[in-house]
Amino acid sequence: MEKELKRKKETPDFLRGIIHGIPIGLGYLSVSFGFGITAVGAGLSVFEAFMISLTNLTSAGQAQGVSVIAAGGTLFEMALVQFIINIRYALMSLSLSQKLDKSFTLPHRLLAAYGITDEIFAVCSTKEKLLRPKYMYGIIGISTLGWVTGTFLGAAAGELLPSSVTAALGILLYGMFIAIIIPPARKEFGILFTILTAAMLSVICKYFLPDISGGFTMILCSVAAAVLAAILFPKKEEAEQ
Amino acid sequence: MSIVLYIAVMAGVTYLIRVLPFAFFRKKIKSQFIRSLLYYIPYAVLSAMTIPAIFYSTGSFTSAAVGTAIALGLAYFDLPLIVVALSASGAAFLTALFI
Repeated sequence: MEKELKRKKETPDFLRGIIHGIPIGLGYLSVSFGFGITAVGAGLSVFEAFMISLTNLTSAGQAQGVSVIAAGGTLFEMALVQFIINIRYALMSLSLSQKLDKSFTLPHRLLAAYGITDEIFAVCSTKEKLLRPKYMYGIIGISTLGWVTGTFLGAAAGELLPSSVTAALGILLYGMFIAIIIPPARKEFGILFTILTAAMLSVICKYFLPDISGGFTMILCSVAAAVLAAILFPKKEEAEQ
Repeated sequence: MSIVLYIAVMAGVTYLIRVLPFAFFRKKIKSQFIRSLLYYIPYAVLSAMTIPAIFYSTGSFTSAAVGTAIALGLAYFDLPLIVVALSASGAAFLTALFI
C-alpha cells in the first residue's frame, strides 16, 4: 500500500519524458536552425525543409539527403545514402527493444520507433530502467518540437539574417558531428582509427575522384573505414548497454 | 524529379531502419565482425561527412578552419554538443569579421 502511494507521487511518465528531453530539444533547436539554412540554400522551400525534418528527425541523414537532392541524384542513391547513414539506428532500436515495459504493445512500438535518434537513445538507455510508451512520447515530443521549430526558423528567417551570420551557421551541424565523434575517440583507439581512416579516404575521394557523386563517396569511404576497423579492432562481446 | 518523392524515400528508409528492430527483432546479432562493423559505422559516416566538407561550410576556408579547430578543442574536453556547435559557429563568425 505504502509503495503504491509512493508510486502515485512519482512524476507522470509523459512529464518526466519532457523534462529529460528539454536539453535535447534545445540542442536540436539550434542545430536544426543550421539545417534550415542549408536546405533553403540548396534550393528547397521552407515547407519542404520543414517536412524533411518532421518526417526524418535525423541530422546527418537529412544533411546528406539535401545534398543528394541538390545534386539531382537518383532515388536509389538517396535510399542507399539514408540506409548507410542511418543504419546505426537499427543497433539502437535493437538495444532499446530489449528494455521495453510490458505496456509497450506493437502499436506503441510502431509509433515510438519514429523518434529513435542518437540523443534520445542515449537518454532512454541510461536514465530509465524499463521504458514505458508515455515516457518515450514525452522525450520524443519535446525533441521533435525543437527540431522542426529550429528548421522552420532557419529556413524562413535565414534569408532575413545578414549573410555573415548564415555563413557562420553553416558550420553548426558539422560542429555537432565533431562533438559526437571526438570524445569516444579519446577512449578507444579503434574509433580514432575509424575516424582518421574515413576522413583520409574522404579527402582522397574529394580531390582525386571528383567524378563520383558525394553520396556514393561517403558510403564507400565510411564502409571501407568501418570494415578495416572491424577487422583490425574487433569489438569484444560485452554486456549490451 | 519531384522533391516529394525524395522526401518520401528519405523518410521511408529511415523509419524502416528504426522500426524493424524495435518492433520485430528479438534476437541478438552473433557475428563479431558484423557487430564490430555496425559499431564503427556511425563514426566512419560522421567523419567522412565532416571532412573535408566542413572546410567549405562557411564560404571561407579560413573562418571554417578556425571554427573546426575550436570544435575539435572543445569536443576534446567533452563539452556538450550544443556548446561545441555554437562555439565553432561563433569562432567562424568572428574570424570572418577580421579577414
